[in-house]
Amino acid sequence: MSKNVLLYAAILIFGLAAPFVFPAFKVQLSILCVLIVLATTWNIQGGEMGYNTFGNILFYGLGMYLCASVQVGMFFPLAEWTESGGEKTFVHTPTQFFQGMAAGLIVAAIVPTIVAGLIGYAILGLRGHYFAICTLGLGVAAGEISGGIEIIGAGQGFTTPPFPNVGGLEARGEFFYFLSFGALVLTFIAVRAIYSTRFRLILNAIRDNEDKAEAMGIETMKYKIIGWMVSAFFCGLAGGIMGGLVGYIDSTDVAFDGREMGVFMVLMAILGGKGTLWGPIIGATVFHIFKEGFWTFFLGWQYVALGVLIVVIVIYFPEGIMGWLREKYPERFGEVVDEADRKAQVELK
Amino acid sequence: MDFMVFQYPMITVQACLDGILLGILFALIAYGMALQWGVMNIINIAQGDLVILGGYIAYFMYLYGIHPAWGVIVSPIIMYFVGVGIYKLVINKVVDRDLFISILATFGISILFMQLMNFAFGADVVLANSGYGTTFLFDSAVVLPNSKIFSAFVSIVFAIGLVIYMKKSKLGRAIRATAQNARAAKILGVDTEKVYAATFGLNAALCGVAGALISITFTIHPYMGLPYTIRSFMIVIVAGLGNLPGVAMSGMGLGVFEEFADYILGTEFRIGSVFLLLVLILVYRRFKLSRKREYLK
Repeated sequence: MSKNVLLYAAILIFGLAAPFVFPAFKVQLSILCVLIVLATTWNIQGGEMGYNTFGNILFYGLGMYLCASVQVGMFFPLAEWTESGGEKTFVHTPTQFFQGMAAGLIVAAIVPTIVAGLIGYAILGLRGHYFAICTLGLGVAAGEISGGIEIIGAGQGFTTPPFPNVGGLEARGEFFYFLSFGALVLTFIAVRAIYSTRFRLILNAIRDNEDKAEAMGIETMKYKIIGWMVSAFFCGLAGGIMGGLVGYIDSTDVAFDGREMGVFMVLMAILGGKGTLWGPIIGATVFHIFKEGFWTFFLGWQYVALGVLIVVIVIYFPEGIMGWLREKYPERFGEVVDEADRKAQVELK
Repeated sequence: MDFMVFQYPMITVQACLDGILLGILFALIAYGMALQWGVMNIINIAQGDLVILGGYIAYFMYLYGIHPAWGVIVSPIIMYFVGVGIYKLVINKVVDRDLFISILATFGISILFMQLMNFAFGADVVLANSGYGTTFLFDSAVVLPNSKIFSAFVSIVFAIGLVIYMKKSKLGRAIRATAQNARAAKILGVDTEKVYAATFGLNAALCGVAGALISITFTIHPYMGLPYTIRSFMIVIVAGLGNLPGVAMSGMGLGVFEEFADYILGTEFRIGSVFLLLVLILVYRRFKLSRKREYLK
């Protein structure tokens, strides 16, 4: 136990010190935090519950638009803001900016949760590939529809309020870094707390055999919806932060970006190992480093690399890093291995 | 919102005819998807990208001065080998795995194809001009490009040809046997690996035909693949696997729906409405099925 506390303390100290130690990588580190949040929350569905969704991007994009809209709409007319398309007709004072951001993030977290609850009842009854394709459709539909709504910028995009001129040059990066790191810590604590209760066992039961779980008297639908709502909460939060960080929202390229972010979250969780607490975190970190390498050295070819990466990971590495470690060092994961049994199995192979 | 549709009956006729001609094309793509779904239990997200690739083959023939209608012959031959290649490289490793793995793997292929096509052919919206002219009906109130009629006709010919081929030929029988019970087929001496490869190749060839027709009739663009995948998936789940008249009917229904959505909601919501319709159909299906389950209890 004390080893764990030390580990968490080390990570926390590293996280708090990171923007000062690597000042050049602040934006990258903030994006990493957001990616970890997305992968961890995807894992609640895909890993623990066995409901492989492409639709969490819906909550992410919704959170992004809502946060920016609230932040602007609280002080200025929204339609005129998007009309001006990023020209500095309206300027937020620092107080307005931070108040707007706080309110925006709250809305960005709450509304997707409610949306998840409402559509969850209809959609979570689908099984297997029907669910996967349905959520894929939801994500794309949201992107297409939001691209046609005038008040949030339609096709030309939505510029989020620029960071106010306070606290020097580094202030913007540090603000967003600590915001996303805070979201990450919050997500981790929440998910860890959830995973240590009966809730995780119920989700695993749903994954392993939903009909039997139902027969055992578990109200599967209720737990599935709760699980999805938890994901939606943190996805919306992450989206709101990411919107402010990127500074520009486009319906299909930034917010409802099923081709990038929507696949990334699935891929990160699978790369790290589905159904584990640490898997998505490790997966997101490794993936982000790889991705930045690709994006820098193969500029233009990054989607080709991404496509190949998806195929390779899915075919050759479906258990992920944690699964591989578990196979290699089962003792570390608290599994008791009978030496004679293992030898017999090796001989059988 | 535009309610001209209800005030001028001729627009309704126009939309219906357009929709039916379009829907026949969709049904052809959906037939390919039903084939591989039924035989290999794989949902191919890259279906639409295969269609677009087939379209580019016809477009390039047009660029080099050959009439694009010949693409209907050439494109499926090339696409057959593309399909077999994809099968040998990727699909044969995911056939007997978890369904989600195959969805994700084909999603990866889809992203790969999209981007490769973007590099190779550029990000412009293109079309191959067939020069077939137009037909005017009802005192020019309804305008039908002849290319649309041509594409619907060719789709029907190919669909009927494939049905006969599946019924009569040796490979067709092997494919149907594998779809019914892969293990029993194996015992009886069917090389299922070859059957799977041929099925995927046939599906790709159908996509090639459809793509060539789409490049003549409409426009193609490297990123336009996913809507075709979703449409064919939707048609298959509405019709059910192995229900060919159903596939044709629901394809036409979808085409008509799209044309009306285009008129009433506006073109910018066209693709969005297709995806929303998919969600609605799936949700409807879920409630219908859950009622059946309760009844069985």
